[in-house]
Amino acid sequence: MSIRVESDLHRRRRSQNIGVAVCLVSFIGLVMVLSLVKITNTGPVEGYDHAPRPALADEVSQ
Amino acid sequence: MTEVSHHNSDYDPVFGDYVALLKPRVMSLVVFTAFVGLMAAPVALHPVEAFSAILFIAIGAGASGSLNMWWDADIDAVMRRTKSRPIPSGRTTPDAALGLGVALSGLSVLMLGLAANWHAAGWLAFTIFFYAVVYTMWLKRATPQNIVIGGAAGAFPPLIGWVAATGSVSIEAVLMFALIFMWTPPHFWALALFMRSDYDDAKVPMLTVTHGRPKTRLHILVYAILQSALAVGLAFTSVGGVIYLVVALVCNVIVLKDALRIWRRDELVAEADDFKVERAFFKFSLLYLFVHFLAILAEALLAPYGLGGWS
Repeated sequence: MSIRVESDLHRRRRSQNIGVAVCLVSFIGLVMVLSLVKITNTGPVEGYDHAPRPALADEVSQ
Repeated sequence: MTEVSHHNSDYDPVFGDYVALLKPRVMSLVVFTAFVGLMAAPVALHPVEAFSAILFIAIGAGASGSLNMWWDADIDAVMRRTKSRPIPSGRTTPDAALGLGVALSGLSVLMLGLAANWHAAGWLAFTIFFYAVVYTMWLKRATPQNIVIGGAAGAFPPLIGWVAATGSVSIEAVLMFALIFMWTPPHFWALALFMRSDYDDAKVPMLTVTHGRPKTRLHILVYAILQSALAVGLAFTSVGGVIYLVVALVCNVIVLKDALRIWRRDELVAEADDFKVERAFFKFSLLYLFVHFLAILAEALLAPYGLGGWS
């Protein structure tokens, strides 16, 4: 028979663990959404790549 | 810093103890003023970028609060108002506060730079350094002007919010900074007039102790005059308008009237009515700042409907 005693220490540790987990998951989610927004709102990034691409540059100016 | 070892080894901190290290009440003020600074700016950020910017400004403020609690644990243990903070009450260790403060400082600056721009991130880094090092470690215990210096750190959030949106500092951002900067000293000096013993017990040099109470009363009046000039001046910039001007005029007449009464009173009269005017000034000054920034926000939100601003 297993002994299952829930002490105050367990409760406190669980509070810490859940709190940290929620923070980390939220942070990962925020970074993901922020990245999506940055990528989709930046415009045609390729036009400003290292190699000149006249076709793309024309597209941007239009 | 003086070594303190209050930590109760039988106690394991709960998550809320770490949240308390970030001074959530101060953070809520930071969130509000930074949000107003960002919304009042003429450049609109994407909602996700704006949310991230405000969040990381708030986390930066929380980080500096944690560093402040780490360094000031010895005086927090003496003052009634701060005795129950996580370190003096033994709920966390000073090392935990230091670790959390340093880690969140780095994270918040880096993330604000990525979410908004590096100019805003630079201002946030400077604010954390200013509050944790210049104010907390250096000047708080060394000069009776500590409140003035601490006030500067608390005044940066609307400026950082503005810079996060626009990428540069402008007169409006500087005036919003200056308004909070001038508001802070009379707010705390009024508190020091009726909360006598706390700062004395902690040996923090407050103006009331080093220069006397009549001088403090004069200082409150001078700062209230400067604060009123700035508050009304802000009405005539791009973030102001009729609503803000009316709010500023009403609030500043009340503040000047109370500041004048505080200056005219002596200790006997003040003690006789249990510092009624000083308490009223302190209470109203809390509302004062909130209402001013709310009016700036109202101007910004109503502008698209042709109701806000001067145009």
